[in-house]
Amino acid sequence: MACGMPDELHLPDRGSPSAELRLTIDGTPDAVRDGLRQMQESAVLAQLAEADRGTAEIVLAEALNNIVEHAYARHAGQIEVVLRRQGQRVDCQISDTGLPMPGGKLPAGHLQLLRPGDDLPEGGFGWHLIRSLSADLHYQRQAGCNRLSFRLISEQSAAEDGIVSH
Amino acid sequence: MELTAEERGGILVVRVRKDRIDAAGAIQFKDRMRELTRSTAPRVVLDMAQVAFLDSSGLGAVVAAMKALAPDRKLELAGLTPTVQKVFRLTRMDSVFVIHDQVPDGLRHAG
Repeated sequence: MACGMPDELHLPDRGSPSAELRLTIDGTPDAVRDGLRQMQESAVLAQLAEADRGTAEIVLAEALNNIVEHAYARHAGQIEVVLRRQGQRVDCQISDTGLPMPGGKLPAGHLQLLRPGDDLPEGGFGWHLIRSLSADLHYQRQAGCNRLSFRLISEQSAAEDGIVSH
Repeated sequence: MELTAEERGGILVVRVRKDRIDAAGAIQFKDRMRELTRSTAPRVVLDMAQVAFLDSSGLGAVVAAMKALAPDRKLELAGLTPTVQKVFRLTRMDSVFVIHDQVPDGLRHAG
């Protein structure tokens, strides 16, 4: 695939246990499903606390499905995923060679305000889920490649730090 | 998409026999739900105890199933597992459905 991954991820503390996974998958729903299973079983994610593994799967699924549905709406392509864990901290980078993000930036992901009698939404949840469960979310378009990067928020760490999460 | 249905005492229990409702399977889920919920049972409970994962496409498919039953019937959910609960809670769709910890008494199967 045409996109190269950046050389350095700025991670703190290189002393704690770490793992990395690099994966290239086809931009199709079935390939995403298979890829997610590989990720969940990998050394990067398998040892996380259950709740954090669940978070990882949700965010990765939403980001990847978004690429399949929108970036590769007009032509097929592949998706490159790099996951890096340092201790409990997981950083993710996802690249594709599909269509650029509309307006060149990420959707805000606001939930539709529901009022009694409103027709219930069947979509538009993806970016809200991604933003709720990740931090340091960045999007970059360069040389025909989309690059999305983010860090997964750990419920475990947040609880230990005394941060209230909901 | 493996869904089975059993009707007893006015309740139709639809059991999802797959461990995920996701982008790859959402359309099949919707189609199958439409077939199974043609019954006239006044209550429909979707047993999701085997579903370990659901993404926003899966959520949309469950919402579509609920809309297909409306206005006469409401879709009830049972057995939401942790990651599935997280998705419903974060999207606030947990307030839109009647959610049971388990399938109502008398209709639960062991295993």
